[in-house]
Amino acid sequence: MSAYHRPASLDQALAIRAGADVAVLAGGTDIIPARTARAAWGDPPRQDVLDISAIPGLNRVETTETGWRIGCLVTWSGLLRAGLPPLFDGLCQAAREVGGAQVQNRGTLAGNLVTASPAGDGIPNLLALAAKVELASAEGRRILPLAHFLTGYRATALRRDELLVAVQVPRLDGAQGGFRKLGARRYLVISIAMAAGVVALDGQGRIRTARLALGACSAVAQRLPALEAALRGVTLAEAAQVPQAAHLDGLAPIDDIRASAAYRRDAALVLLRDLLAGMPTP
Amino acid sequence: MMEIACILNGAPRRFRVDPMAPLSDTLREGLGLTGTKEGCNAGDCGACTVLIDGAQACACLVPSAQAAGAEIATVEARDGAVGALLARLRAAFLAHGAAQCGICSPGMLMAATDLLLRDPAPDRAAVQDALGGVLCRCTGYVKILDAVQAASRGLLPAGEMPPAGAAVGAPIARLDGAAKLDGTERFGADEAPEGALWLRIMRSPHAHARFTLGDLEAARQRLGLAAILSAADVPGSNAFGIMPHLKDQPVLAEAHVRFRGEAVLALVGSRAALAALRDADLPVAWEPLPALQGTAAARAPDAPQLHPHAPGNLLIEGRLNRGTEAPPAAVTAETHFRTGFVEHAYIEPEAGYAVPAPDGAGMEVFACTQAPYMDREETARVLGVAEELVRIRPSACGGGFGGKLDASIQPLLAVAARRLGRPVRITYSRAESMASTTKRHPAAITARMAADAEGHFTSYAFEADFNTGAYASWGTTVANRVPVHAGGPYRIPHLRNRARAIYTNDTPAGAFRGFGVPQAALATESLVDDLAAKLGLDRWEIRRRNAIGRGDTTHSGQVLHASAGLPACLDALKPDWEAMLAEVAAHNADAPRLRLGAGIACMWYGCGNTSMSNPSRMKLVLGRDGRLTLFNGAVDIGQGSTTVLAQICADALGLPLDQFRFVLGDTALTHDAGKTSASRQTFVSGRAAMETGLALRRRILALANAGEDAALALEGTRLSVGAARVIDLATLDADLEAEGRYDPPTTALDENGQGTPYATYGFAAQIALVAVDRALGTVKVRRIVAAQDVGRAVNPTLVLGQIHGGIAQGLGLALMEEFLPGRTENLHDYLIPTAGDVPEIVVRLVEDPEPEGPYGAKGVGEPALVPTAPAILSAIRHATGVTLHEVPVLPHRLWEALR
Ligand SMILES: Cc1cc2nc3c(=O)[nH]c(=O)nc-3n(C[C@H](O)[C@H](O)[C@H](O)COP(=O)(O)OP(=O)(O)OC[C@H]3O[C@@H](n4cnc5c(N)ncnc54)[C@H](O)[C@@H]3O)c2cc1C
Ligand code: FES
Ligand code: FES
Repeated sequence: MSAYHRPASLDQALAIRAGADVAVLAGGTDIIPARTARAAWGDPPRQDVLDISAIPGLNRVETTETGWRIGCLVTWSGLLRAGLPPLFDGLCQAAREVGGAQVQNRGTLAGNLVTASPAGDGIPNLLALAAKVELASAEGRRILPLAHFLTGYRATALRRDELLVAVQVPRLDGAQGGFRKLGARRYLVISIAMAAGVVALDGQGRIRTARLALGACSAVAQRLPALEAALRGVTLAEAAQVPQAAHLDGLAPIDDIRASAAYRRDAALVLLRDLLAGMPTP
Repeated sequence: MMEIACILNGAPRRFRVDPMAPLSDTLREGLGLTGTKEGCNAGDCGACTVLIDGAQACACLVPSAQAAGAEIATVEARDGAVGALLARLRAAFLAHGAAQCGICSPGMLMAATDLLLRDPAPDRAAVQDALGGVLCRCTGYVKILDAVQAASRGLLPAGEMPPAGAAVGAPIARLDGAAKLDGTERFGADEAPEGALWLRIMRSPHAHARFTLGDLEAARQRLGLAAILSAADVPGSNAFGIMPHLKDQPVLAEAHVRFRGEAVLALVGSRAALAALRDADLPVAWEPLPALQGTAAARAPDAPQLHPHAPGNLLIEGRLNRGTEAPPAAVTAETHFRTGFVEHAYIEPEAGYAVPAPDGAGMEVFACTQAPYMDREETARVLGVAEELVRIRPSACGGGFGGKLDASIQPLLAVAARRLGRPVRITYSRAESMASTTKRHPAAITARMAADAEGHFTSYAFEADFNTGAYASWGTTVANRVPVHAGGPYRIPHLRNRARAIYTNDTPAGAFRGFGVPQAALATESLVDDLAAKLGLDRWEIRRRNAIGRGDTTHSGQVLHASAGLPACLDALKPDWEAMLAEVAAHNADAPRLRLGAGIACMWYGCGNTSMSNPSRMKLVLGRDGRLTLFNGAVDIGQGSTTVLAQICADALGLPLDQFRFVLGDTALTHDAGKTSASRQTFVSGRAAMETGLALRRRILALANAGEDAALALEGTRLSVGAARVIDLATLDADLEAEGRYDPPTTALDENGQGTPYATYGFAAQIALVAVDRALGTVKVRRIVAAQDVGRAVNPTLVLGQIHGGIAQGLGLALMEEFLPGRTENLHDYLIPTAGDVPEIVVRLVEDPEPEGPYGAKGVGEPALVPTAPAILSAIRHATGVTLHEVPVLPHRLWEALR
């Protein structure tokens, strides 16, 4: 039988992590379904488990000098209770649309990032928030921009001895976030495509900073630098007209059971326009 | 193992757990709290919802270790704020008919409790958000949402039971509801004998392959199992199947598998040993073969033949020919249509146990089923024993919809229990249930329809290949039923219908609410819209002009002498239809992107088996102890037959319903009521229940020498008959016993499909209002108005429940459901409607009494599903101008059609 560790401190957890190949478990909402699926076809996982849910201090959203620090045990519901500013509206919208209430109450944002599914709803939002991840090992900590952390389809730069301990989000004053998710039913649905964005306006009501990202349209969710540049200096009222097909050239959507690639490409554009059109004017 | 302490339902508890075992498993298997259900063990169904520190969570996703120090509440909670809210919710669920099969109810109740703890007066949207993570396949959610809102307003008083003679027509709460709502109902996985061994099936990962087995005994020892059973261990005939002449499916495959998920080996042992075992450790050598996927591949001239009895892989072709020459037509329409596999997605995976009799012959099987007597027959044949030696005790059935008509676990359990000489239990995983049990047949249809200048239909032709998968199951029934219904409930003088069932290497397709008729209706109703468009007629109008009614002749040459309420259904919808069209026009005038559309469709559905005897028999006993017991063999799979049959029987006898006790569906105690399918229980068993009640009444009246309309009253053992006579039951020599039987009058169909296949038909029409986002191709169904001729609504609450549930399944068929073997074998990727997907539903009941039926009643179960999908497609077309030829209408499909 495989071992189950549930340490009560981060140091202990990191020591276990350093010593053995363990499956890290937080909310379990990704890892347990994956185990169920394997077991059903006669391939039950035998890896030891490191349950980090009892480690104190990791389930807080803190305000720092430069922004926010979201502990790795913060759940989707926890995020919604944190009283975050409009910058986080997109991420909070995602938190309301992930799975159902049960999954929102247990699943963590950090787990969503480590799973690194192309359809992870947290990912485009945190890309648009220019988030960084804080990785800890027994040897120390390192901080990576989220875009560098995500290295491919369900692949990350997380080392075998590391834990993701927090997500850092820099301040962007006066900014507004937004999120559009497209699925084939209302609840409990994995996104066919999704768009997330953050915009900040200058004194004249023109876009000073725009950061936009699309999910489920490539192996890893992506920012759209060309579109972001094109939006700079544009008023919100005009913003929805800016996104064009060429802005999505860097994407590589696929055909799968949920949708065709051609549809995803087109729908992504619609979602981006809708997202911009729906941004509240301050 | 580790010891944990927590607060469970208000009380401090300590117990030992496997830290990684799901909390749901610890509650159920470790602590005996089986009120928490498991439908998927993957977070997808919410049946396992409990409260952890006051917040709802899927107990299947919580490692038991995480319960340490937590406060946990389950449906068994009685005390405190949670207990008080649960009491209110239970009463409201009962009164609103919000629990049908009840397998989702504990999860729904806990999710609702979570909500009401946070928000004492939630609006509809908040209720949907709170319940969005719990799937229900039976109710269509509307009644659940209603119930939660009602509960938020306080405790509803318990409903009154109707007095003698007033049960039929009373919207009473289901009689078996309380247990479904307090967690005490026993579903297949909820009980097992002490010391039962566990069974796990090793299944083929290939759609088509040969295999050889190595040394099973060596493997058994190495893996620490009690047994590894193969085809060679089946004591009787290693074959099962629905039709007497078509037992084509092996219990355990013999050297050759024909679909992914086919059972190969039965592994018996401790739960831990089975859970740890890898299929790769078993001595099975595979030789994969090319697989025939889809009917086109199976019908190709060079396709290998999958069964010796089916050249060309053709299982059967059903036909209907009517009329020699078609009347002249002014317009003709042609279409083609494709549907995919649809999964029943009952929330309860197959589960149960078998107990062998010590004599080495007898066997008792406790399992979820829709057909106990058929299970008995299959199990006996597989064991090689007489049927009487097998007893089937149906568990509560957590949803069936046709999927639990076929034997699944029963033969496997019986074989294992016989070989081991010990009780053996099994619970299918969700993936196993989806991969190995039957589906709705995919259909590839071409059809043509013509009308004269006034819009009267002149001819209809239909050809379809139904993919019956690797084994026959109900393929013959589909091929026989479809030609009779394909043309739709319209007067058509000339028809040429063909429906073929084709073997492939796909998952076996069997019975699913409608037996092929919903697929055919998609093509036919689209043709009706085409003809209306060509003639410039309103879509309601063309249907009304052609609607079959009393005195008309069906496509199989049967005259409808009574209970043919389609014209009345359409008339009932007329005002709704006009209002809907006006709403659409007003909205679309300035809404280029979000378009509304209105759609309409009709249906008919023969109640009972097609041209086959399908009797039902009931028994009623008034004991010398004054106890009145109905022995009812009909399995209530959530649709409510236990309640409906009791209502009918009570009025026939003339005693009040609350004096009845019940012995239900047990092949050792009740007579064969036939299977719960084909919308037959209310009609066929209902009539048997009526005959039974009448028979006992006649006995009593004779005994008392009383007149026909003498009122009965029972108090203790004193039975008063009329005003003057009193019988003291205790003084009688024997209990008063009566039986009733009914077999609907049908005749065989001739080679042209002519005859009287059914004694009566259900009729319905529905209209749908949808909103289509033209840019994204998404569809939201906003409203469905359903008119249905049910003959007589014996219990209006239960009738509404069937209609709502059918509509939700029809919506799934239209917009999201598609089973792809190997790819959507879970409820994560196979999407069924959630609480947020079901529209407002308005029901207009039409009661055109059926003289054959009990108090005029006929079947309601399947009809509601049939018109929904075609009405939605009709509405999408109205909104967009696009005619669709395939379901489900996934966003990308509609988007492509719109390009
Ligand atoms: C029914 C259902 C519906 C869902 N719907 C959605 C949806 O709509 N959108 C969506 O994006 N997701 C969805 N999910 C997926 C899931 O809920 C999220 O990805 C969730 O946020 C994962 O968090 P967790 O804490 O549960 O992760 P876990 O399952 O505990 O872990 C996930 C992965 O992250 C690793 N991990 C977790 N925490 C750490 C850490 N701190 N350091 C290092 N590694 C770590 C684990 O080892 C594992 O590989 C759904 C899941 C279910 C069951
Ligand atoms: S059993 Fe837990 S969600 Fe299905
Ligand atoms: S009552 Fe909800 S699944 Fe049956």
